[in-house]
Amino acid sequence: MLRYTVRRILMIIPLLFLVSLGVFALVLLIPGDPAITIAGENATEAQIDATRERLGLNDPVLVQYASWAGNALTGDLGSSLFSNESVVGAIGGRFPVTLSLTVAAMVAALLIAVPAGITAALRRGRWQDRGATLFASVGISLPNFWVGILLIMAFALAFPIFPAVGYTPLSDGVGPWVLGLVLPGITLGTAVAAEITRQLRGSLSDTLQQDFIRTARANGLTARAVIAKHGLKNAAVPVVTVMGFQIGFLLGGSVIVERVFGLPGLGDLAIRAVLQRDIPMIQGIVVVSALIVMLVNLVVDLSYGWLNPKVRQA
Amino acid sequence: MTTTAPTDGLDGREALAPPEPTARARFVRRFRRQLPAQLALGYLVVVVAGVALAPLLATHDPLVQNLNGVLQPPGGGHVLGTDDLGRDVFSRALYAGRVSLVAAAEAVGVAVLLGVVPGLVAGYAGKAVDAVIMRVTDALMSFPPLILAIAFVGVLGPSLTNAMIVIGVIFAPRFVRLVRGTVIAIREETYIEASRSIGTGTATVIRRHVLPNALSPLIVQISLTAAMAMLAEASLSFLGLGVQPPDASWGSMIERGFRYTASAPWLTVFPGLLIALTVLAFNLLGDGLRDSLGREIRRGS
Repeated sequence: MLRYTVRRILMIIPLLFLVSLGVFALVLLIPGDPAITIAGENATEAQIDATRERLGLNDPVLVQYASWAGNALTGDLGSSLFSNESVVGAIGGRFPVTLSLTVAAMVAALLIAVPAGITAALRRGRWQDRGATLFASVGISLPNFWVGILLIMAFALAFPIFPAVGYTPLSDGVGPWVLGLVLPGITLGTAVAAEITRQLRGSLSDTLQQDFIRTARANGLTARAVIAKHGLKNAAVPVVTVMGFQIGFLLGGSVIVERVFGLPGLGDLAIRAVLQRDIPMIQGIVVVSALIVMLVNLVVDLSYGWLNPKVRQA
Repeated sequence: MTTTAPTDGLDGREALAPPEPTARARFVRRFRRQLPAQLALGYLVVVVAGVALAPLLATHDPLVQNLNGVLQPPGGGHVLGTDDLGRDVFSRALYAGRVSLVAAAEAVGVAVLLGVVPGLVAGYAGKAVDAVIMRVTDALMSFPPLILAIAFVGVLGPSLTNAMIVIGVIFAPRFVRLVRGTVIAIREETYIEASRSIGTGTATVIRRHVLPNALSPLIVQISLTAAMAMLAEASLSFLGLGVQPPDASWGSMIERGFRYTASAPWLTVFPGLLIALTVLAFNLLGDGLRDSLGREIRRGS
């Protein structure tokens, strides 16, 4: 297990290198002279030169990359071109909102998908199964901003149960925090719920056809115990993988859901940065979100070792 | 279970079919059992025809404003109502559908172009080349797709073409993996070895054996990717980073309508329904094709 863990962690290094190259290359993609773009269209020659100097654009590309990557490794992603706020500080300030939203979405997804997936697997071919399969197809096809708007129309305007927009920090009380996250969580979680339902249905019904399940039943274990203890644990491997894959989708989707519900999270920061062409901020957000995806995938891979001992030798 | 003799009797050619059916006959037979996929195909044909014939079907000019008739509910002179500038929603939806479908096609085209060749190279070359190509695709897949798209569009400037090229680049790794997988799976087959041993060049082997084998999974992946590309376009346009006014796509129509959620819900409901149904159709068609084409591949990766 230790060797597997170490090897898996070491695999991140080349990946990090490539990701950093890609993010750095964003600057090279700016059409024309980045200094003019960044300094603004009405900047004077002197301002443009100053910008070029400040960004180190006079240095060779490799030197630029080395200094950018070196700073990034020490946790310095530069500062905003507009507010002089440090990129890391801005991201840190917004992060709790996006984390809350992502967790809310995952909770909503599991609350829908686990019962739906298990029911579908146990009632294969019956109406419960058809219903769950239909939900799985429809759920991944709905644009999430549309789902959000429909939910606002129904549960914030027609029946004012939940707030339509805004975020209440956890420090203002657990109740308002949760209440404000219900609709955004369902909005972001629907597609994830659909994906997990599909995966859980498939892997659980495969698992339940295995010999050891029949043996466990023959040994007198109740159906409930067999499903919970033998079925679900073995069916969990592909499901956990899918949940890991979803983290990238959740981070991207949070940009949209934050826009719909007016939540001041990372996505909101990203949109502002893009509209202002705040390049260091854009780079910072991309790096941090890629890092989150890599770390989640690492955790997922390591959890295989626990769920399925065979992986440890691989 | 598999006896279909009674229905075969209705069609003379079917009954006389040779015992070893052609790939096409097998596909048709299997696809006929996929009702959802057939409905999806029918729906897509209607939508494509509808947006292609938009100039004939539109009841109004999609760009003409009528400030005396803004936010009119569906019915009356406007089937789906009017928007905040008094423009006919039905006619706008037809033209916006063109933008949405063409955008999805562009993204899929870019993804296929960028995916197939590296996939072939990775599968054939193996070793170091394969490792490099796969690490690059891994790295590309570690970015949350939408965030990467937003970042690129932010750097390049908002435009639909920029957005779709970026979406295509982001989806390319799926095609790299798929083609590479096919190449690796059949590289060691005896008939490839036989073909090589009589001096067939790599290019011919690829054209004659590899690509036909990769075609079925490619078609399936194209349909599923079209669904994702449509959603991505809708999302970017909703954020104002895709299509720019006065042009509209279904996603940007929702963005505009979002400001009038309380007073004019039809502005968001109808375009959203069109996106959802079209994406669902691409997904169902992809699933149906997967179950009808090639070997029985039940589970996606």
